Amino acid sequence: MAQSSSQMESLAPPAELRRMEAVPNQSLGWLTDKLTAFNEGKTPMWWWILFMPAAFCATVVLPAMLVYKISTGVGAWGNNKPVMWGWDIINFVWWVGVAHAGTLISAMLFLTRQHWRTVIGRAAEAMTVFSVMMAGLYPAVHIGREWMAWFMFPVPTYEGMWPNFRSPLMWDVFAVNTYLIVSSTFWYMGLIPDLALMRDRSTTRVKKFAYGLFALGWTGSARQWHNYEKAYLILSGLATLLVFTVSSIVGMDFATAQIAGWHETIFPFYFVAGAVCCGFGMVLVLLIPLRKWCHLEDIITMAHIDKICKMTLMMSCIMMYIYVVEFFIAWYSGNPYDAWVFGHRMFGHQYWYGGWIMLVVNGSIPQLLWIKKVRQNVLLIFVIAVALNIGMWFERFTIIVGSLYQDFLPANWGVYFPTWVDAGVYLGTLGTFFMLYLLFVRFLPMIPVSEVKGVSPEADVHRAPKAVKGGKA
Amino acid sequence: MSAVVVKNYGLSAEFGSAADVLDAAKKVRDAGYSRWDVFSPFPVHGLEKVMGLGNSKVGLFSLTFGAGAFLGTLGMIWFMNAYDYPILIGGKPMFSMPMSVVPAYILLVLASALGAFIGMIALNQLPRHHHPLFAKKRFELVSRDKFFLVIGATDPKFSESETRKLLTDIGGDHIEIVEDK
Repeated sequence: MAQSSSQMESLAPPAELRRMEAVPNQSLGWLTDKLTAFNEGKTPMWWWILFMPAAFCATVVLPAMLVYKISTGVGAWGNNKPVMWGWDIINFVWWVGVAHAGTLISAMLFLTRQHWRTVIGRAAEAMTVFSVMMAGLYPAVHIGREWMAWFMFPVPTYEGMWPNFRSPLMWDVFAVNTYLIVSSTFWYMGLIPDLALMRDRSTTRVKKFAYGLFALGWTGSARQWHNYEKAYLILSGLATLLVFTVSSIVGMDFATAQIAGWHETIFPFYFVAGAVCCGFGMVLVLLIPLRKWCHLEDIITMAHIDKICKMTLMMSCIMMYIYVVEFFIAWYSGNPYDAWVFGHRMFGHQYWYGGWIMLVVNGSIPQLLWIKKVRQNVLLIFVIAVALNIGMWFERFTIIVGSLYQDFLPANWGVYFPTWVDAGVYLGTLGTFFMLYLLFVRFLPMIPVSEVKGVSPEADVHRAPKAVKGGKA
Repeated sequence: MSAVVVKNYGLSAEFGSAADVLDAAKKVRDAGYSRWDVFSPFPVHGLEKVMGLGNSKVGLFSLTFGAGAFLGTLGMIWFMNAYDYPILIGGKPMFSMPMSVVPAYILLVLASALGAFIGMIALNQLPRHHHPLFAKKRFELVSRDKFFLVIGATDPKFSESETRKLLTDIGGDHIEIVEDK
């Protein structure tokens, strides 16, 4: 027996060729205790320190701002003629973008069998769900007459008119709502076995009831798993499609307009790439502190952070390529309006800083991630990730305000400044996002426990029998 | 004072690893049992072949919902923009593929996703908040690190003593009668 095990070991590939250990080689019980420890322990102080201000923004600032804005009108924001789209659409695009990396990690990397994605999949998908919620809020309140929001949906109205399906803005309504529903479904379905786990582990009746209610009576039978895995595969395939569609359609909202700086065929791809780039930044911003504070360094290892950094770097390179193409085409097309807009992005009287932030922060700073030392320094990665989120926000600012404020006729030129209501709504959505995320981390397993067990070395049915593994005895 | 008649749901045995339970499942199949199931904290690959589960029908739900939504959306757009209230916008056709494929595709994704979820729920007969196995204290370990093989009392080959012997022989621990109550 001992001889056969040493033979097997000699046949195993050398360490450097083995795929990364996605999950620590520990017993299933150890993994279960480790991954639910944060949910079952006492609420730590840092959680309250972060939660209280976030909850204040969510429950006081956001409702107050929305009531003020809806009762006053869009004039409460800085939007004006010609800058009809301001922070509302910038933040909409930014939030949709944040969402995309979550779906890419949870769905696309699942399809491509990247086992390392298992431990961060749920956290990323939660980010998607909450940020799409925040994104969806903006179009709903920026229409001006919020009480007529139902006009956007194909429902019969008193005058017998229907929505115009020739407009990408109409497609956007469907795309964003679909994205919210599909990513919530995907997220919830992934949670069902873990809710059952929490149900089985809960010590109080209230917890048992609450987790049990949403676990739907999951038993983990082979028949259930069989259907579940199929549904999970289909859902991840469909969610992967949404990674490419939702921001493409957001890009088309812009590209179909005649505005110089918007009317470009690269826009759908541009927006998808920008979305994923920004989203990876947000994943890093969320996971780097959480893995430390929730004591998950053994689970979300530096190897995982390293992979996310490499993805971020790749997306940043794509962004830089797109920026260069945009500027090149603006010059090469010979269109004076395009040249005007793109020249003013870098050297205009107003908003010139937006273009520089875009090139330096999104295109250049993440290039530091080529260096291995940087990818091993969590503090530096965190700073880069925060900068990337800010930079991507300024990219949308440059695209939207930078293209609108000086269009074809000087008579239509103007300037745009946000008001305190703009800032308040944004602060409110940020607070709501972080509040929801903190609640998620506190009450639901942040790491998909059953999935992690499924890829753990213990789960391998082909591994050598226990007697061999236990030792030479 | 009539005694409550409690039927048996089945006989459960506990296993310590995925490899063990897969091995046991093969033996239960070879012994000729047909109504049995394995409960595990994560999907044990290979079991679906041993149990002969075939291809899951979730895909059919998804396909039906998706195809229905795609065609339905095309029809809806045609009805709304070309038939019921046509509005000429920029000389564009009243109904064409470029304008309708994107919403139809989006709703295909939506409906297929919901179809997959609803299919999973329906085929698994969820939500079901009561299950005979939940009465067993040890069954709480199924979501942790234990694997349970349950042979149903309705199985034609089921006999308490014979089945218990088989489960012991294939290495099951904590072999217990599960009551159907």
